[in-house]
Amino acid sequence: MIKLTSVCKEYAKGGFALRDVSLHVKKGEFVFLTGHSGSGKTTTMRLVHMADRPTSGELRVAGYSSDRVTKRALWKIRRRVGFVFQDCRLLPGRSALENVSFVLEVTGTPRKDVVPRAQRLLTKVGLTPKAGALVHELAGGEQQRVSIARALANSPYALLADEPTGNLDDRATRMVMDLFWDINANGMAVLMATHDLELVRRYPHARVLELDHGRLVYDSAAA
Amino acid sequence: MYAIREALTAFRRAPVLMGLASAMVGLALFVVGLFGLATYNLHLALSAIEDRVQIAVYMRDDARQSEITLAQAELGDISEVQAVRFISKRQALERAREELPEFGQLFSNLEVNPLPQSLEVELLPGERNSKVVEKISAAAMEYPFVEDARYGREWVNRLFDLRRIAAASTVAMGSTFALVAALIIGTALRIAIFARREEIYVMRLVGATNGFIRRPFLLEGAIAGLIGGGLAWLMTWATYRAVYAFLLEVAWIPPMWIFAGLASGAVFGAFASTLAIGRHLREV
Repeated sequence: MIKLTSVCKEYAKGGFALRDVSLHVKKGEFVFLTGHSGSGKTTTMRLVHMADRPTSGELRVAGYSSDRVTKRALWKIRRRVGFVFQDCRLLPGRSALENVSFVLEVTGTPRKDVVPRAQRLLTKVGLTPKAGALVHELAGGEQQRVSIARALANSPYALLADEPTGNLDDRATRMVMDLFWDINANGMAVLMATHDLELVRRYPHARVLELDHGRLVYDSAAA
Repeated sequence: MYAIREALTAFRRAPVLMGLASAMVGLALFVVGLFGLATYNLHLALSAIEDRVQIAVYMRDDARQSEITLAQAELGDISEVQAVRFISKRQALERAREELPEFGQLFSNLEVNPLPQSLEVELLPGERNSKVVEKISAAAMEYPFVEDARYGREWVNRLFDLRRIAAASTVAMGSTFALVAALIIGTALRIAIFARREEIYVMRLVGATNGFIRRPFLLEGAIAGLIGGGLAWLMTWATYRAVYAFLLEVAWIPPMWIFAGLASGAVFGAFASTLAIGRHLREV
């Protein structure tokens, strides 16, 4: 599913963001990627989403190697791996429904199926009544749920989430986490970067990875 | 279909931004339109002067009518010649009386008509240049009964110098204005696209192909360019009406030029958008 082998990422100005990181996220796993700010969590997420390339080592996502990834392969990977950002990154000036249906249109879903499928996804995240609301009219937790619905639109194999609860209050955090667990229970791998160890402790069954200064220093599966 | 819908929706979502982009395109093309109006009228004025370029072939009084008729036919057969008219001594005098009324007394007291008979050689449009005029004059002077062939050498040379300067200025200034317009259009659309870089970023991250992302922006650019072209046309027309009403009688530019202006607005817009979005597509 997601496999990093001796991956290093060096900054253009010198210094390492990741050093010799090897990890393997299997199908159906729920993995927390933890560490302090600057430990390399976001760099790892960007690499997995192919928004960046490793300086050395090999990265494989959904069967594609970062060494030989073409433009066409890049689109395919991004359609197979959903991404949820801390700041949601929804398209402004559009409704929740439009934000989800736009992804379906991007990936060539037949026009007649776009709106029904987008509505089903919003129902899945509990936002049916807010489907027509513009994104700036939604609360933070609601926006994050729209963002999750959007990430699920392509029926991906895995979901990447970079600090998805970082801007949310406790109640919204619980709702979003419940949603991630439901998604994971249906067989989708979830790789979530977070620095919130309190949150991690609430989910003892999840696998935990810890990065420190760009090195993988802890893997609960290996412990 | 998605591209068309998105392109039209962009104007609804960001009317100020797209309006400003269209207005900037309009102002840039307005300058080009004014230049077109001036160039067209200069062209008309020069053409009107050029129409008056002709050669007067003066003949001796003893030239026989059969010789004159033959010369008229031979000169008329030259490929650059449109028509050759015979002007008799009597016709020359009548014309002089009409064109120079201040000498009316002098002309009425004449015992002998001093004006020569002549052939007036009119050239085809596009052939009224000094080289052709000199060639025809030389051919006319071959006839032994021809005394002189005149066409106002200095005047014709100056006219064609003026024509060359006008053509060079048109090319140089027209290219400069077009380049400035292209830069302004490019900048305006680049600003409009920069404001939506987040949208492009998200599209890339959810797996949209470059073509899919580019198409709505390309159409938006074309629409903004077309609206700008329309605005430029209106402003140029208003200027034309004002000049016509208060300054001097000028001609309106041909419909084909207007069509070319609108089309160039749309093409510039689409091209500028394509260039501007390319930068963002390389980022993620």
